[in-house]
Amino acid sequence: MNFVEQFGLSVFGSNDISFLIVVILKILAIVLPLLISVAYLTLAERRVIGLMQLRKGPNIVGPFGLFQPFADALKLMSKETIMPTGANKFLFVIAPMITFVLALIAWAVIPFDEKNVLSDINVGVLYLFAVSSLAVYGVIIAGWASNSKYAFLGALRSAAQMVSYEVSIGLIIISVLLCVGSLNLTDIVLAQKTVWFAIPLLPMFVMFFISTLAETNRAPFDLPEGESELVAGYFVEYSSMSFALFFLGEYANMILMSAFTVILFLGGWLPPFDIYPLNLVPGFLWFVIKVCFILFLFLWVRATTPRYRYDQLMRLGWKIFLPFSLCWVVLTASFLMLFDMLPKSV
Amino acid sequence: MLSTTLFYIFSIIIVLSCLGVVSSKNPVYSVLFLILAFINSAILFLFLNAEFLAMLLIVVYVGAVAVLFLFVVMMLNVKNEEKNIKFQKYTPFTLLIVTVVFVEILYIFVSDDVILKNISLSENLSFKNNTIFLGNILYTDYFLLFQISGIILLVAMIGAIVLTLRSRIGVRKQVINKQISTSKSDVIEIAKVKSGDGA
Repeated sequence: MNFVEQFGLSVFGSNDISFLIVVILKILAIVLPLLISVAYLTLAERRVIGLMQLRKGPNIVGPFGLFQPFADALKLMSKETIMPTGANKFLFVIAPMITFVLALIAWAVIPFDEKNVLSDINVGVLYLFAVSSLAVYGVIIAGWASNSKYAFLGALRSAAQMVSYEVSIGLIIISVLLCVGSLNLTDIVLAQKTVWFAIPLLPMFVMFFISTLAETNRAPFDLPEGESELVAGYFVEYSSMSFALFFLGEYANMILMSAFTVILFLGGWLPPFDIYPLNLVPGFLWFVIKVCFILFLFLWVRATTPRYRYDQLMRLGWKIFLPFSLCWVVLTASFLMLFDMLPKSV
Repeated sequence: MLSTTLFYIFSIIIVLSCLGVVSSKNPVYSVLFLILAFINSAILFLFLNAEFLAMLLIVVYVGAVAVLFLFVVMMLNVKNEEKNIKFQKYTPFTLLIVTVVFVEILYIFVSDDVILKNISLSENLSFKNNTIFLGNILYTDYFLLFQISGIILLVAMIGAIVLTLRSRIGVRKQVINKQISTSKSDVIEIAKVKSGDGA
């Protein structure tokens, strides 16, 4: 049995069709809650930022404005889809799909609990890293296919920004992997049983969070959409459902990166301390609470910080984060080597 | 059985997208076909039990190299006719390179000198997974070659930086340290002016 057969054959080739149905049900069990959380994340964002700015935010549709996301979705669906005349039709249509699909497929390897993971592959971290590095294509193809200067400028900014911050994200991940000795996400969480990596690797945790802000094009690094100079950046020409796909993809990516942060640094589904009242709470709930905390940080940052200038953004990425994370990798490796704490593998 | 069918499907996609790379009129399409070929080659690595290499191929080639290709190609404004004329004169070189590569590949398949079995990843898999296997090989048997290729890449990188580095005169660049270390007394002078003297 090779790698593909294990996954592919068991799905398509095996005699019992029940396995296929189970996998599809599992996928639905991940995707549907994800889409609902995306909907409520948009509401949470508007409410939280509203409260931080001493406004009320959307509170009219339904109790506490809870039906607002559905009203927004209905509005978007009823809008007209506009295809710009000079646009490259095929690429214009496919770009939002790429963004959305990439935001969803990454969830296949996220462990929600010790056993709750769709596919427990042994290169989970690399898979997540690969999918998040592909996300730039949705943006850059959208910007080019729109045949509009604003969209193109937004796409170029975004591409350069995402590629730059991926470098430091990669190095930060390496310093975590040095402490774990495995690329499997479940192993990474289990390695944090004694202490969450956020404590020994605190600077890396902060830098990883900032890099994910840049990677997801969120404030204060939201230059690709900078509405004051580029109108809306790469998706300026999109309307209706194609815009909604970008929107969903962006927020799903936010949740994904939060989950990634939680798995790498905040001990995934593990309780803060393995003591009586805390370990009664199911692991999945801990995971959700931690993800919500990171998402709150995303919103908090957006409400409180002004946007970076582009050269400042590049300076931060290449001249501060890259050398610092590189030094930290060497430091972690030397420390582990010195105290003979390197993980023993096979 | 299924493995073989899937292998042929992905291989055919690779060949077709490679044809797309060389035959597309629009350079942006060429790069997109190239990305398709990369992704499908990554899938072929999965068939060899080389999931680490597969992911690495996507991260490095699709996630970084091809993005920069796309970046550059999108900025160019190549007119189709121009492109054809310009590239016609390179045809002999192209044919030469293609022939050399083709003969080399043919030689590997025909001759007995090269044993393909030695480079299979799935054969000697006594380790838990091939990430560990690769690491063990790379940092022991091939340590020197690994370091040398690293140095070559470093030199290439420094070369590229040196070539593009130019110091421009008359640019007012923000020096953040200077800006932060400025105190109130450096920039503001508080003058006590008697009422009516300033006029």
